[in-house]
Amino acid sequence: MEFAELIKTPRVDGVVLHRPFMPTVEGTLCLTGHHLILSSRQDNTEELWLLHANIDSIEKRFVGSLGTIIVKCKDLRVIQLDIPGMEECLNIASSIEALSTLDSVSLMYPFFYRPLFEVIEDGWQLFVPEEAFKDLESMTDEWRLSEVNKDFSVCPSYPSLLTVPKDIDDESLCKAASFRHGGRFPVLSYYHKKNGMVMMRAAQPLTGTNGRRCKEDEKLINATLCAGKRGYIIDTRTIAVAQQAKARGGGFEQEANYAQWRRIHKAIERSNVLQEGLIKLVEACNDQSHSMDRWLSKLEASNWQSNVKEILTTACLAAQCIDREGASVLVHGTEGTDSTLQVTSLAQIILDPACRTIRGFEALIEREWLQAGHPFQQRCAQSAYSNGKPRSEAPVFLLFLDCVWQILRQFPCSFQFNENFLIMLFEHAYASQFGTFLGNSVAERLKLLLSQKTVSLWSWVNRPQELERFLNPLYEPNNLVIWPSVAPQSLLLWEVPLQMHEMPKEHMDCEISMC
Amino acid sequence: MEHIITPKVEYVKLLNKYAEKKSALGTLYLTATHLIYVEQTNNARTETWVLHHHIVSVEKLPLTASGCPLLIRCKTFQLLHLLFQRERDCQDVYQSLLRLSQPVKEEELYAFLYNPHQNEEDRRQGWEFISVANDFSRMGLSNDYWEISHLNKNYEICSTYPSILGVPKNASVAVVTGSAKFRSRGRLPVLSYYHKDTKAAICRCSQPLSGLTSRCVEDEQMLQAISQANPNCPFIYVVDTRPKLNAMANRAAGKGYENEDNYSNIRFQFQGIENIHIMRNSLQKLLEVCSVKSPSMSDYLTGLENSGWLRHIKSVMDAGVFLAKAVCEERASVLVHCSDGWDRTAQVCSLACILLDPYYRTIKGLMVLIEKEWISFGHKFSHRCGHLDTDPKEVSPVFTQFLECVWQLSEQFPCVFEFNEHYLIEIHNQVYACQYGNFIGNCQKERLDMRLHEKTFSLWPHLLKNQHLYRNPLYRRSLESTVLRPSTLPLHFKFWCGMYNHYDRGMHPKQSVLDQLLSLTQKQEEGERTMTELQRQLAVADGVLPDPSGPINTPTEQDSPSEKTPTAPFVQSNGSCLPLVNGDAEEAGPGAEKCIDKEGAEPGATEHDLTSSEDKPVSVETEHSKEEVQESS
Repeated sequence: MEFAELIKTPRVDGVVLHRPFMPTVEGTLCLTGHHLILSSRQDNTEELWLLHANIDSIEKRFVGSLGTIIVKCKDLRVIQLDIPGMEECLNIASSIEALSTLDSVSLMYPFFYRPLFEVIEDGWQLFVPEEAFKDLESMTDEWRLSEVNKDFSVCPSYPSLLTVPKDIDDESLCKAASFRHGGRFPVLSYYHKKNGMVMMRAAQPLTGTNGRRCKEDEKLINATLCAGKRGYIIDTRTIAVAQQAKARGGGFEQEANYAQWRRIHKAIERSNVLQEGLIKLVEACNDQSHSMDRWLSKLEASNWQSNVKEILTTACLAAQCIDREGASVLVHGTEGTDSTLQVTSLAQIILDPACRTIRGFEALIEREWLQAGHPFQQRCAQSAYSNGKPRSEAPVFLLFLDCVWQILRQFPCSFQFNENFLIMLFEHAYASQFGTFLGNSVAERLKLLLSQKTVSLWSWVNRPQELERFLNPLYEPNNLVIWPSVAPQSLLLWEVPLQMHEMPKEHMDCEISMC
Repeated sequence: MEHIITPKVEYVKLLNKYAEKKSALGTLYLTATHLIYVEQTNNARTETWVLHHHIVSVEKLPLTASGCPLLIRCKTFQLLHLLFQRERDCQDVYQSLLRLSQPVKEEELYAFLYNPHQNEEDRRQGWEFISVANDFSRMGLSNDYWEISHLNKNYEICSTYPSILGVPKNASVAVVTGSAKFRSRGRLPVLSYYHKDTKAAICRCSQPLSGLTSRCVEDEQMLQAISQANPNCPFIYVVDTRPKLNAMANRAAGKGYENEDNYSNIRFQFQGIENIHIMRNSLQKLLEVCSVKSPSMSDYLTGLENSGWLRHIKSVMDAGVFLAKAVCEERASVLVHCSDGWDRTAQVCSLACILLDPYYRTIKGLMVLIEKEWISFGHKFSHRCGHLDTDPKEVSPVFTQFLECVWQLSEQFPCVFEFNEHYLIEIHNQVYACQYGNFIGNCQKERLDMRLHEKTFSLWPHLLKNQHLYRNPLYRRSLESTVLRPSTLPLHFKFWCGMYNHYDRGMHPKQSVLDQLLSLTQKQEEGERTMTELQRQLAVADGVLPDPSGPINTPTEQDSPSEKTPTAPFVQSNGSCLPLVNGDAEEAGPGAEKCIDKEGAEPGATEHDLTSSEDKPVSVETEHSKEEVQESS
């Protein structure tokens, strides 16, 4: 398909761009296959380059022959374009609508993007499971790397290499996989060097209403326990939700069959509820009434802060079981691709100082999100402004970043990176020139030949000239476990991603770095 | 001392709100001024000092199996939950504290006992350190339009006003005295702040005694004179900071607000800040929210909303912003009043001063501002803070709200204030402590009658001596010349955890950027001193400096800001509320981030309860306090 077919009017002169709390710019608007560009054609003036993929929705308005398009972005920015000429405006609007809703992944910008920098360190090769396993091997010999999923037939959302207990053979793994939702059998997520305890993750067991059991699954997780020790299963759902899941073939581990495990239920919301929360939060921020009561009640009704608190609390619980109780932990929800990953990745940030460095955090995102099969493409297809029919969009990753920000705020000297780094990840997860967040699983990414056809985000980020703005000048490596407070008073609203408003704050980091 | 029944009680438990197991066992002492709790574990001795004046209530809770509980609430928002073994002790301490925390006579206040080892000369200088008269000359008074009047030198025109007043030059004595008679309690319109660049003034007064129909020619002439004192604008704003309904209700009582038909060229405006009773109840509700043990997010946000606290803070801020805008953008003078003109008026005028004039954002400038707008203009500190056992309906957190507004601004503009959060909290604690004389009494005349300057000491020199603790390392003097344009969107107002949950240490960030930067700054200064010394030695060794013991040119101290008034050219609004950030590279020290203090994050503030039975979902709550209630004497 040619993009040109979708572009009826490729350029319009005399367009005025309004951005909140920035001076207006008048210039020429150009549409390309992937970008909306506005240039004043003067030196030293900022140009707007907006990826169509970043556009969540648009609104058109007309006053006489002057048309106005309001562009609402997935990264929550809102901009306004005044376009002279009704026909031009309509053409531009319909082109943007068509170009921003292209369904085919292979038409996305990362497949067309050619970097202007030389790729020195290829991000696609940076975080391979073999390397992570080498680290593990240096600490323990209880685990092995299994190739049981090498053709993705056992579990389509898992990577081809998985870390499993040494004594469990591939055949048992297959049987355990058949007992878990989506084939996501328990695998190693984190090894706590300090006391040898582990965190595993999986999807819900398929016990169904008649209490099916699977000896191999039981054996698999029991293999991670020391003799006489008990472990904890953290089910991210409430007991009621877990009970209901039985009717659809899911369920939870029965005490009788998992006698060595104590099950704890938490209440992290399902992804569709999280999406509603984001929409309500953004709506609350856009409320024009300036009323404090309205704001606070809308903020409360969005449940956004409640979700942050619940996710962090669950992560603290997992970390505490491991570090304080000296017990191993298995985390799962329903599918094991959303709340499970929020919990396992945050627990690692609390426990493992390595995850608080830039490289370590990148590795964590690779391991616990990209390779672990968080469906980025589905979750980030639309954002808070979309008029489209909701499918499986959800701000699961944004909430994770929000939680990281909360910990960062409470331990401002313990992270090598700053808030900008988290914001950058948020933006690229929703729309990017890089291929990193395309696809929903390792298998899909391989099929799309992303590592050959696109550039990795990490190839760009890790260049010294880019890294500079992501560094925290107050960072001092700290080998301790960091326990965040989850009291409501301690959890602030992360304002920056809600950037539709001006940020009155002078930039603290740049000020600090000058001290 | 006669009120202390039992000076020492042993085996008293200090309950930890979050983890009963972690509660301390120690000894309680009562002194004439303080309650002291001493916890002795192994080699560590922890002392908690609570000033009797800080205690707002003492409550005996129902007897439990483990003992007799006593709940002590403080004006500093500290909560002490003690557990006595014997009811007798509990009762004795309860009775003693009831009496000690509610002095009846002024002479019982701490300030009359307190002596910071200063001689009379130090004392006198201390009281003269901050002078309202000096601030008038800093603003450029007297000039062609405004002059300093001594008409009130014996407090005859207005007993609650200061002895010197700024009035328009063309207002005659008859107009001044006549206007005073038409204003509630004689609080006539006088100058609060003169903005040199625009020649616009902020004036303050109390409500007019207009009732339904009354008018007063002198008062109308007074407003006319204020208007004429500003050549840049043909009208003045008259801002009634009260909600319209309240103002209208006052008309029935012979008071009220200005009728626009009677005054020429005024633009009248209500601002809707609620009265002291609503503010008192609002704080009460806020503190209830703060003291809930492990609330859900939803309970907390609902509680925050229902308390109305942030709504009130926003209303004060909105009014302050309105004033500042009128002065710097419309170049219009503003006359502000509420009912008596000593609560809301003080809040709004002082906030506008901070927005307009960078001087008031310095450590000393804030002292001057508080001295000027609050102390000298008769904010009733004794009544509002409940220093003595008087009418509880007079108590209200009006000054606390002002400090919070300043804090909210400092959150939006982290680099424009010379001071940090500790400074605001210390001032707040001192206002209630009555250790120094500044905040005792309700007006200047009362203080004079009490002879406070002879019997007590001033707080300001004490604060100045410790100013290194209160400095904001991010302060950039290059930003001085800007008018602040804060955002007043609801989402930019935050709950001030550092104030209202000050003693719940577990809720605060475990590492503080402020402390880190303060220690860096200190190290940098030390490093520079060493460098200078080494350079000197080098010079001596090279024979460049002949005399080893001779004087040396040390680099000028970076951290002693000049007291000079910045001439404040306001920056034209460019649609942004950001002051122009200027890198000011000269002040940036070299390689500071290399010497960060090695201070590990202390784990262990979080504890999850894992002790519930198998089948039931375990309720887990992160515990957030190691309750390190500590206060130095």
